[in-house]
Amino acid sequence: MFLIDCPYCGPREETEFSYGHEAHVHRPAGAAAEKLSDAEWADYLFMRKNPKGVHLERWVHTHGCRRWFNAARNTHSNEILAIYRVGEKPPKGLAQ
Amino acid sequence: MVESYRQQSPLDHLALTTHPARHADDAGLILGQRSFMELINLRGDANRSDFTDAVRHAVKIDLPISANTAAGKLAGPHILWLGPDEWLIVAKPGSGERMATALRNALAGQHAAVTETGQSRTCIMIGGSHARDVLAKGCALDLHPSAFGAGQCAQTLLAKAGVILHLPLAPKGAEPMFEIHVLRSFAAYLWAWLEDAAQEYGLRVDI
Repeated sequence: MFLIDCPYCGPREETEFSYGHEAHVHRPAGAAAEKLSDAEWADYLFMRKNPKGVHLERWVHTHGCRRWFNAARNTHSNEILAIYRVGEKPPKGLAQ
Repeated sequence: MVESYRQQSPLDHLALTTHPARHADDAGLILGQRSFMELINLRGDANRSDFTDAVRHAVKIDLPISANTAAGKLAGPHILWLGPDEWLIVAKPGSGERMATALRNALAGQHAAVTETGQSRTCIMIGGSHARDVLAKGCALDLHPSAFGAGQCAQTLLAKAGVILHLPLAPKGAEPMFEIHVLRSFAAYLWAWLEDAAQEYGLRVDI
């Protein structure tokens, strides 16, 4: 059994959670967004990291509290290295 | 609200009042049902004392702030923690509308939401010496009494069905019974699963 430590409910089984793709992808805002080229928009919309190693990603506790949070997970070993709430910065050493 | 004469439990078609296991002796598992409990979903900021005060005033229960805990007296309504800013109020049949109105009045002007979900879930009761063993067959929670005791609740999956599990305080001398709040459409499936999971321990249906 693979447990994920929900920051609100505590450790729960993986099947209660859903994966929400890469975290910290910021939508271009303000004046910069007005001048974005199609290629830059496409980059924001479609292009994601696909590392072998530490990946900062979003998860949601679908069958529990239904809250989103962030996780730093090693995509090679599936080890979860850190869990932190939405709006928080990734722990030092894991930031990319 | 559905007129009371039209209310129908989602387990009615199973004719549980004529179930062969109704008077079984030495059963390791007891199953029951509590129908027509009325549910209210409550959202708000637990860090604000005007919010918690208003809820206490309307429901007469202190809001459970700790994760996975519930509050309420034996026969009265209960408040179950669902998330850091979300609670489920389980009110007795026929009292949901009145309670929701009291909550709305008490919370007027605040950034909070009161949503009546009526009888969207039914409550299956499960008790007996092997209740935790049966639940553990389909639920990954740590159900040891030291980890999941009276006054605790959790939203989780039981046999792949989304449930809200709650262990209320039991009256003195009585055995504690888990409450499984399950969506109406999943109730018959979950009941069948529980009956099957209970076979090895012996089942008594307490309706």
